[in-house]
Amino acid sequence: MGAYLIRRLLLMLVTLFGMSILIFVMLRLVPGNITDIIFDSAGFVNPAQKKKIERQLGLDQPIVTQYISWVGGLARGDLGYAYVSEKPAIEEILPRIPVTAKLAVLALVFSVLFGVPLGVMSAVRQNTVLDYVLRVVSLSGLSLPSFWLGLLILMAFVHWFGWIPIYKSDTGSIWHDLALLSIPAAAVGFRSSALVMRLTRSSMLEVMRQDYIRTARAKGASEPAVNYDHALRNAVLPVVTIIGIEAAFLIGGLIVTETVFNIPGVARFLVEAIRWRDYPIVQNLVMFIAVVVVVTNFIVDMLYVVLDPRIKYEE
Amino acid sequence: MALKLALAGVAASVAVSFAAVPALAQKSGGTLRIYHRDNLPSGSIHEEATISTVQPFMGVFNNLVIYDQHKKLNAPDTIVPDLAESWAWDAGQTKLTFKLRQGVKWHDGKPFTGKDVQCTWNKLTGKDNDDFRKNPRAIWWHNLKDVTVNGDYEVTFNLNRPQASFLSLFASGYTPVYPCHVSTKDMRTNPIGTGPYKFVEFKRGESVKFTRNPDYWKKGHPYLDGIEWKVIENRSTRILAFVAGEFDMTFNADVTVPLLKDVTSQAPKAICELVPTYVSTNLIINPKAAPFNDAKIRKAMALALDRKAYIDILSAGKDNISGVMLPPPEGLWGMPPEELEKLPGYAADIEKSRAQAREIMQSLGYSEAKPLKVKVSTRNIAIYRDPAVILIDQLKKIFIDGELEVIDTSIWHAKVTRGEYSVGLNLTGVGVDDPDVNLYENYSCNSERNLTQYCNKDVDALIDKQSQETDTAKRKQLVWDIERRLAEDLARPIISYGRAATCWHPHVKGFVLHANSIYNNWRFDDVWLDK
Repeated sequence: MGAYLIRRLLLMLVTLFGMSILIFVMLRLVPGNITDIIFDSAGFVNPAQKKKIERQLGLDQPIVTQYISWVGGLARGDLGYAYVSEKPAIEEILPRIPVTAKLAVLALVFSVLFGVPLGVMSAVRQNTVLDYVLRVVSLSGLSLPSFWLGLLILMAFVHWFGWIPIYKSDTGSIWHDLALLSIPAAAVGFRSSALVMRLTRSSMLEVMRQDYIRTARAKGASEPAVNYDHALRNAVLPVVTIIGIEAAFLIGGLIVTETVFNIPGVARFLVEAIRWRDYPIVQNLVMFIAVVVVVTNFIVDMLYVVLDPRIKYEE
Repeated sequence: MALKLALAGVAASVAVSFAAVPALAQKSGGTLRIYHRDNLPSGSIHEEATISTVQPFMGVFNNLVIYDQHKKLNAPDTIVPDLAESWAWDAGQTKLTFKLRQGVKWHDGKPFTGKDVQCTWNKLTGKDNDDFRKNPRAIWWHNLKDVTVNGDYEVTFNLNRPQASFLSLFASGYTPVYPCHVSTKDMRTNPIGTGPYKFVEFKRGESVKFTRNPDYWKKGHPYLDGIEWKVIENRSTRILAFVAGEFDMTFNADVTVPLLKDVTSQAPKAICELVPTYVSTNLIINPKAAPFNDAKIRKAMALALDRKAYIDILSAGKDNISGVMLPPPEGLWGMPPEELEKLPGYAADIEKSRAQAREIMQSLGYSEAKPLKVKVSTRNIAIYRDPAVILIDQLKKIFIDGELEVIDTSIWHAKVTRGEYSVGLNLTGVGVDDPDVNLYENYSCNSERNLTQYCNKDVDALIDKQSQETDTAKRKQLVWDIERRLAEDLARPIISYGRAATCWHPHVKGFVLHANSIYNNWRFDDVWLDK
């Protein structure tokens, strides 16, 4: 196991190194840079002034020099200066991470809390009215565009019922923050829960046809024990995989949710930074997301060992 | 004439001091909540050319003079004192001297003096080492030789030649006075002014906050405790928030004509005013790109334009068909409809114009079977794309087969400046309803903002001539002559000037929306909340 962990860690580092090059190069392939954006808001371009700003920002340096400078800074914990706000990039990024983290965790909790039990219920009550209703609900979760769902929720909860305001930060209470985030989290978690539900259902159906399930029933185990201790335990591995993948790709769904609900999180900020070609922000944020994805995948792989003792990572 | 102007300046300052609205009606206190439509590029008004910066930050500053915030139309006779108590021209009309208000402090407590005025205009004219990163209105000051100070409270602007509306340039929201002692970099991120509101913080993507300046030189003002701008980039979300009462006011001109009905039905008590935005939809044709270097093709394109169709489709008929200057009643210099109709491409009988255009195209070898293929470039945002699609449809009628080419918004100006387009659909905002601003910025040979690099020395001479003409009636005729020349040359033909609404709830008092500029009435020092 130790050798596996070391090998895995090295692989993660290699993956992140490859990601850093990919991010760096792809960002510079996109037409325009920050100087174009700066002049765009002024309605004109002055080539001499543009070159001056590029020199000030180091954008006239060879691309390899810029890359080394960035990676070297990352290694020292220096994320550079945000081009647009002219402040250290870390001051722009750090305050936004907890907002998105809370939203992502809530969305994931929502998707697991609803997806798994509903998937089990749907499998156990296969071909009943309940099963059909749950399948239709999950289909709507997969097909409803999240921005439209978000706007509907806003219309209802903000305008018609007045239950929640448009997002406010710094409410002073973590519980109040979580309460405010719960509705946008539900909007984004609805889609994930639909996917989790469907996969749980199909995985359960496959497992419930196995001989050992029949044996468990024959030995007198109760239905809850059969469904949860025996069936779900064996059906959960693919579900854990999909939850891990969903967690990693949640950032995509959060961009729309943060925009519609006006939440000042990292996802929305990333899109804006890409629009502004704010390289330090984009590079560092995308690397952060890459780290999250890589670590999440690692955790999911480790969970397999916990959930299924038959799985061993050894030579 | 100089004596008259001097007396006018003194009279204005006396009038303002006696014209204060009775203090009994206003209530002090409260925070005005407005949403902002996007992330503003910076807090430095001088370095930007977008309402996104002017509207929130105008309250931080004062100008030397300003357009009366309580009069709907910006005009030379609505200019009132701000940091300058009075002003006077010399006999030759080339020296404008301002007597400055005493006892005014910057928000950091340092005193305001004439040196600050001199510093600001040195930066604007490129004479300061710490000059602006970008200077979009440098052309406004092309006639300014230098600024001299005489003691702490008198400054003189020395011009190369007389310029009738020079004073109007100072009255715009785009012309605040900056402090000498704060760097241009700091002014972008943490601006210091003398205005009614102090800058508090700017959280990108989230909010911009201002608090009342307790040491404001206009005693008793402002009435508000502060102003908070919340950034909401999604239009549906922000309009919803306004009708739900989360905001007191919308962003300027954010309520489009189609949305206005929704807003008024969901918030029937809200006050909404539909006014010109002074942003034109215009056609840009690259005169160096063949075959558009042929004046006949450009003429045919002008004849194909059905402006009424644009305004009917995009604004339910509310936008203005116009020449270069905003038309009356809101515009002070624009041509009335009967004069516009005489311009090439403005005739009422569009079918006749198009028939003429087709004849021109056929004479050049084009036909329905053999159309001229062209890429119609535009910026990749809806307010540009929508009219571009209509343009392509209209060009089809005269054997020009256009293909839409959307350009990423960030590189639009760079591409156009480099001439990497043939035909384009563009939008242009004008800061002050004055020919000097519009004509010099967009049509003079030396302007960096002359996107098409149109250059006609005769037209330049006419622009200079109207700039010096002090008789308004004669000047208007000169402006109209220039309009005719620009229409004949197809120099950035204007399709229409847009209209959009700004809305506020009835408890917002003391606010008057200007009707011929969107950039000049955001001081908010007389605004109060009746709740």
